[in-house]
Amino acid sequence: MYPRAFTYHRASSLQDAVQLLSELGEGAKLLAGGQSLIPLMKLRFANPAHLVDLNFVEGISHIQQKNGALHFGALARHAEIEKSPAARKIPILHDCAAGIADVQVRNRGTIGGSIAEADPSGDWATVLSTLSCDVRCAGLAGERIFKLSEFLKDAYTTALAPDELVSEIVVKVPPGNGGGAYIAFKRTAPVYPTASAAVQLTLEGDRCTEIAIALGCVGLLPIRVTEGEAALRGQHVTPKLMETAAEAARAAAEPQPDMRGSAEYKRQLVGALVKRATEVALQRARGQQVEVSHIYA
Amino acid sequence: MPEAAQKLSIEVRVNGKLYSREVEPRLLLVEFLREDLELTGTHIGCDTTYCGACTVLMNGAAVKSCTVFAVQADGAEITTVEGLEKDGQLHPIQKAFADCYGLQCGYCTPGLMLSALQLLRANSSPDQKQIRKAIAGNTCRCTGYQNIFKAIETAAAQMRSSSHGD
Repeated sequence: MYPRAFTYHRASSLQDAVQLLSELGEGAKLLAGGQSLIPLMKLRFANPAHLVDLNFVEGISHIQQKNGALHFGALARHAEIEKSPAARKIPILHDCAAGIADVQVRNRGTIGGSIAEADPSGDWATVLSTLSCDVRCAGLAGERIFKLSEFLKDAYTTALAPDELVSEIVVKVPPGNGGGAYIAFKRTAPVYPTASAAVQLTLEGDRCTEIAIALGCVGLLPIRVTEGEAALRGQHVTPKLMETAAEAARAAAEPQPDMRGSAEYKRQLVGALVKRATEVALQRARGQQVEVSHIYA
Repeated sequence: MPEAAQKLSIEVRVNGKLYSREVEPRLLLVEFLREDLELTGTHIGCDTTYCGACTVLMNGAAVKSCTVFAVQADGAEITTVEGLEKDGQLHPIQKAFADCYGLQCGYCTPGLMLSALQLLRANSSPDQKQIRKAIAGNTCRCTGYQNIFKAIETAAAQMRSSSHGD
């Protein structure tokens, strides 16, 4: 399958890319990893007149720890994040990077592309919703920095202006007594998850002092389970409280029935995923090494 | 729609040989390999980034060549199934797939072997779980995978014992 013909522009720098976007107008799209955009173009759901390729820009795939935060260049690929010792120190990031789609897609796909696309079934936005995360955007007028929750507006819709791009994702390193986990359920590796849950919490002794719970694929945007968080915050987390959080997740989800399952099935699923992710997050906050990732048959 | 189709010059090293070609931007890497270079060992299966039949190595990393534009491979090194055999000798991965009956119709096999090659270059003794994860992006509709796992384990053992450079 061939996409509709387009004109190709190879950006030499982010500044150059922004300049090109501004000159070419709304018919121009950025090409990062291409693992969503190219299939959309082949199916002719997306028909950009111009593509601005970021893959030849040097120095925008970094993963660096600076001043208590991890900085991801827009073109840091999932596979690079999966292998990064810095990212492994925040286990929820590793869970996400190591489980997205399959090896081939992780070798190409980027964190910046994922956040800028804002696909409701994407993994990164859900995970990053449980952390303190800034999205740095470059435009001709200079830089704008958004909290992730302000950056994500709706399905496939962000705060980006047509001539702006995501330059960096900045994630504050959680405290040492923190733990997190991300679990996505999918039918096979290459497909989008049916549902997913991310939990990041902080323990003081055996008391959970801070917690964020987010659901993916069951709404137009990642959904924070604020009632579940409130039930666990300040508490010694018992199985009964975890069930309360799961119940809150089932209530907060806004799933659509589709080929991946009925709405009721997805509600049951997010409850189970929240419980499991909370268990793993607690174990990790206590210093245990636990491997989890996406689940598929 | 742009008026006349844009053509771009690219240089791509495929299986060690340098090719210079003019391509349309919308040409996919898999079509470039199959149609322009006549390297038809790389197959097109689903053509939607799912099945992995079109897997090749791009600068050592497995990619689905139906989801990369040929212009993006400018300056890159590509390895296809045609690059596995050396001096008339099958690569240990190819030999193991044959010996272990790791294929039936063979359509998915080139892609699977290149995913296996990326794995074995990074990890000479993968366990079952690591093998499963490494080929999770390659769909086989005949064999049921057990013999493919055996083939990759066998190839790994062979490559360790012969300290195969690849």
